[in-house]
Amino acid sequence: MLNLFCPICQRDCDETELSCGGQAHLLRRDYASSDKDFYEYLYERKNDKGIIFERWRHVYGCGKWFHTARCTLTNQVFGSYSAKEVQPPKSILATIRRSRVDFKGWVK
Amino acid sequence: MKRYSFSSIFTEAFRDNLGWEKAWTKRQPKKEYQIIIVGGGGHGLATAYYLAKNYNITDIAVIEKGWIGGGNTGRNTTIIRSNYLQESSIGIYEKSRFLYETLSQDLNYNVMFSPRGVLMLCQTEHELRAMKRTSHANRINGVDTKMVAPEKVKEIVPIINIDGPRFPVLGALWQPRGGTARHDAVAWGYARKCSDYGIDIIEQCEVIGVKKKREKIVGVETTKGNIKAKKVCFVAAGHSSVLADLAGFRLPIESVALQALVSEPIKPIIDCVVMANTVHGYLSQSDKGELVIGGGADGYNNYSQRGSFLHIEETVRALVETFPVISRLRQLRQWGGIVDMTGDRSPIISKTPVDGLYINCGWGTGGFKAIPGSGWATAEMIYNEQPGKLASPFSIDRFSEGRLIDESAAAAVAH
Repeated sequence: MLNLFCPICQRDCDETELSCGGQAHLLRRDYASSDKDFYEYLYERKNDKGIIFERWRHVYGCGKWFHTARCTLTNQVFGSYSAKEVQPPKSILATIRRSRVDFKGWVK
Repeated sequence: MKRYSFSSIFTEAFRDNLGWEKAWTKRQPKKEYQIIIVGGGGHGLATAYYLAKNYNITDIAVIEKGWIGGGNTGRNTTIIRSNYLQESSIGIYEKSRFLYETLSQDLNYNVMFSPRGVLMLCQTEHELRAMKRTSHANRINGVDTKMVAPEKVKEIVPIINIDGPRFPVLGALWQPRGGTARHDAVAWGYARKCSDYGIDIIEQCEVIGVKKKREKIVGVETTKGNIKAKKVCFVAAGHSSVLADLAGFRLPIESVALQALVSEPIKPIIDCVVMANTVHGYLSQSDKGELVIGGGADGYNNYSQRGSFLHIEETVRALVETFPVISRLRQLRQWGGIVDMTGDRSPIISKTPVDGLYINCGWGTGGFKAIPGSGWATAEMIYNEQPGKLASPFSIDRFSEGRLIDESAAAAVAH
């Protein structure tokens, strides 16, 4: 079972308390965007085998969203950060680099 | 290839069984092929087989990262059914179920197809209404299903608890010609026949790059060297996105772990497949006597081939409620596979932005039942260089064009 840290409640919570919201840092589109942009926004996900950044909601807790860095192959979790961040904070990227030497950094 | 028959078993019995050949030949890649199929699971092998059988193309390589049938083909709960709601899904799944009926004879390999009947329970008023609608859709499209009353459900499955405390059984959708097959045998049977046609089956060979020239495919780069090809088809289920990344495009797919388990073997207690979609669980009994149990997929993307423990708990809880008699059974084994989920829970059989590169993926949690039909349709698409009648509703364009295939009401557990 996954055990993630909720940065709002400041405590660890089990997978059963949480709900996954998919890929984080998606660029929202407005009415002026092209069909292709909307297609990307709606359907095209990174679906990486390796490190991903994703949204989680503490459903049976504070009810708030937060972001997590996780490896999809091993389910190793590298920490959580606020959903207000527009990109992963440097501290999280440093934590990932410490255990994954080939990590290339966050790509939009 | 030596045919499997009564007389061959009879003669071998007198020769200490020393005359049997290997089912398929393990090959090293040649420099060039007409067609390369990436992925040696059921769908990939079926594609190669129907290319050879229906279109006389045998200059094909099937490349497999691990071993034949080691992915989702060997990790499912072997259920075969075609009781879908939409015409396009019924088309391909019914074609597939129909091909399964004679697959053993066709491949000269016993795939142990057992049309024992599939029962989809209705445990809420809404589900009952949705299933009635599905049964009408099936009737119009010529799929043999019917609605049965709770008493009849009890008659078909005597061990079921039809007045469960939370979700009493209100009826069920019964497909008598649905059932199960031996999943490994399906992969092995196709591999044997492909090998017989002269198709190269290359195991332990992972694709690590895609060679393109002006947006046209010219070959693939593998752990066993570069191989040239005029056409390439990715049939890699959960790892389709990884391959698409190599080819330089993205797919509308997310990979999730789905798991299944079997109980310890017991005497025969259930002779059909039961799917309880409201409570998330499905059950059948294998010929060895194990109860084969499947449930929901993980709620988050992963490639771990393990699955999370809480889904086993949920599945088993639901099934114990539906079949109280199984409550004391112990779990024998559990395993997980990586399924490729699309937004509308329907597959993708399509051309791609790269010329000469085709893709067959997105079967999600229901790919095993579709193996023959999917291979048939994909072979047709690769040969004609455009999708035929079976495959055309499943092109990638459907997402941008907004013609999604709504199967949520007809779907099983997670699909």
